[in-house]
Amino acid sequence: MKKRYRALPAMAAAAALVLAGCAADAGSDGAGELTFDVPDVPTLEEKGDYEDAVDIIAWSGFVEPEWADVFTEETGCVVNRRVAGTSDEMVQLMRTGDYDLVSASGDASLRLIVGGDVAPINTELIPNFSDDIVEGMKGQLYDTINGKVYGIPIGRGANILQYNSEIVTEEPTSWDVVWEADSPYAGQITAYDAPIYIADAAVYLMHHEPELGIENPYALDEDQLAAAIELLQQQNGLISEYWSDPVAQITSFAGGTTAIGTSWEILRKFAADDKFKGTLPVEGSTGWSDAWMISTESDSPNCAYEWMNYTSGAEVNGKIAMNFGMAPANGAFCELNDEAAAHCEEFNALNEEYFEQVWYWTTPIEQCLDGRTDVQCTSFQEWTDAWVSVKG
Amino acid sequence: MTSTATKPVSALLYRSRRLRLGSLLTLPLVWLVGLYIVSLALLLATAFWRVDPFTSKVTPAFQFDAFEQLLSNQAYLSTSLRTLGIALTVTLLSAAFAIPLGIYMAKIASPWMRGFLAVAITLPLWAGYLVKILAMRVTFTEEGFFNSFFGVLGISGPGFSQPTVVLTLTYLWFPYMALPVYTAIRQIPVNLFDASADLGARGWTTVRTVVMPLLMPALIAGSVFTFSLSLGDYIAAELVGGRTQMIGSIIANNINLNPPVAAAFAFVPVAFVVLYLLGTRRTGALERM
Repeated sequence: MKKRYRALPAMAAAAALVLAGCAADAGSDGAGELTFDVPDVPTLEEKGDYEDAVDIIAWSGFVEPEWADVFTEETGCVVNRRVAGTSDEMVQLMRTGDYDLVSASGDASLRLIVGGDVAPINTELIPNFSDDIVEGMKGQLYDTINGKVYGIPIGRGANILQYNSEIVTEEPTSWDVVWEADSPYAGQITAYDAPIYIADAAVYLMHHEPELGIENPYALDEDQLAAAIELLQQQNGLISEYWSDPVAQITSFAGGTTAIGTSWEILRKFAADDKFKGTLPVEGSTGWSDAWMISTESDSPNCAYEWMNYTSGAEVNGKIAMNFGMAPANGAFCELNDEAAAHCEEFNALNEEYFEQVWYWTTPIEQCLDGRTDVQCTSFQEWTDAWVSVKG
Repeated sequence: MTSTATKPVSALLYRSRRLRLGSLLTLPLVWLVGLYIVSLALLLATAFWRVDPFTSKVTPAFQFDAFEQLLSNQAYLSTSLRTLGIALTVTLLSAAFAIPLGIYMAKIASPWMRGFLAVAITLPLWAGYLVKILAMRVTFTEEGFFNSFFGVLGISGPGFSQPTVVLTLTYLWFPYMALPVYTAIRQIPVNLFDASADLGARGWTTVRTVVMPLLMPALIAGSVFTFSLSLGDYIAAELVGGRTQMIGSIIANNINLNPPVAAAFAFVPVAFVVLYLLGTRRTGALERM
């Protein structure tokens, strides 16, 4: 059981070692195939004067006046925020070169690094990137490549199962209520409207159909992808509506159209009604781990670096985490006061065992991320193509 | 001679026919060719490009992979046909509402009523497109206006579904059909109605044999708007469609991850509209627009 939930960070760390060419035979069972050709992008050597402004692409709730205004007062850097709804949108926006920073999730960061869109970070210029950063968020495959750091962790969380407790009276322990054809909530189920949601089906199959041999929901060969799509097509018949717009998801629950389905903690919070509850079912879940990344073409690197440093400090990092409803990257926040401690407890900030059940979003690529070399895995393009046939 | 001295520009334009034509057409042509056609062509050219399976970046090439993908997965075809069906239904519904309304406004209503209806039809155009879709979302959500109002009568609404998409799009594009139809009916001389009645035609026969033929160009002009705007829409499907997948939904899903497929699929609505225009051209209606 424990083995099936092999933690992605451990695997990623092993792969990262291999990538760095340090441990080709360190029991990485063939993951040596996993090599990335990363463009050589220079790192900022030392900080200079602050520019006028910094343009940030972020998830809703990451850049709020409460801490952005203080930053502007301290540095003179005006913070321009652009909220993005999906990782794919973030990648596309970053490629315009108009932005300095992005709060990239794991499924965006690999693409950005390999595409040469983001620059390696000089962590010496970010004193808050210290031992206080929780263990599980350091050295992830998708933000640390070839020994270079590309991302400064912000926070992490799981995609939770949210339900309306007036309709779903007993707390569900399994995701089966959103996947199985005999679900009592057929017609009232919501699902995330993006190809990355295929991984959620894979997580469920990993638990319930071990004979498929899925070891990592982001490393699916053709047969495994077909099985996940079949499950998604079965779910399609139960769906009230798919959501990609967070506001639409909130109104879907609040308006009674949806009773149960995948969600983020912040959406549950924004629904502002105690009848909406969230849980992490026994199968585990997908999740995200976000990190600031700086654009190769950033025209305000000094403001950008200071923003990364500012938001990594225990207090501000905690504010972001509390506002978004996620576990902060800076563990020191948890010791600041009682409220902080309660938040960390609720979101399992220091509970690595909890996060071992969470498969952070990662870009699926042709090389199998689980280390298999006898098959080719399916790429994100194949996932996108397959996603079309889910809704038919 | 004095006028040449005082108005040199006018004089120059008067002398040179080319210059006259040039100054008239430069701006619209820059707009049409430079911004409109070139950007569309660049977009469609992406369909033949290569996409990196890892980074999703495109590099110029000439290959048909994206089109092969469209043909190999049956969902693209079913989505195309569904979208075509939605666009045609929206067009027919708009026409079915616009004709009686137009006849009433142009021939029966008092001037005050006519003015009121004209404002009522055009008023929604002043509101934002997204606002109107969200209004429909609020109306048709499970505990929304429709269900709470008609629930008393035991009628439950369509929820978020394909019929709701059709209703929403009809709501959005109706003015584009209603206005040309109303204008066309106003232009029909009243004595044609009198002549028709003198020859013994009842109301319905008059509408069928006199009004409809004269209305065709306006109907087709309106339908070009309702049809093509519906074909390209995806926000309605996303916000009130529930599980509905339209051509635009797939393009939106692919535009970041697989731009060639998005571009290749963009050919489908273009093809539908071209076929539609060719079809209407055969009826001769376009010449009279």
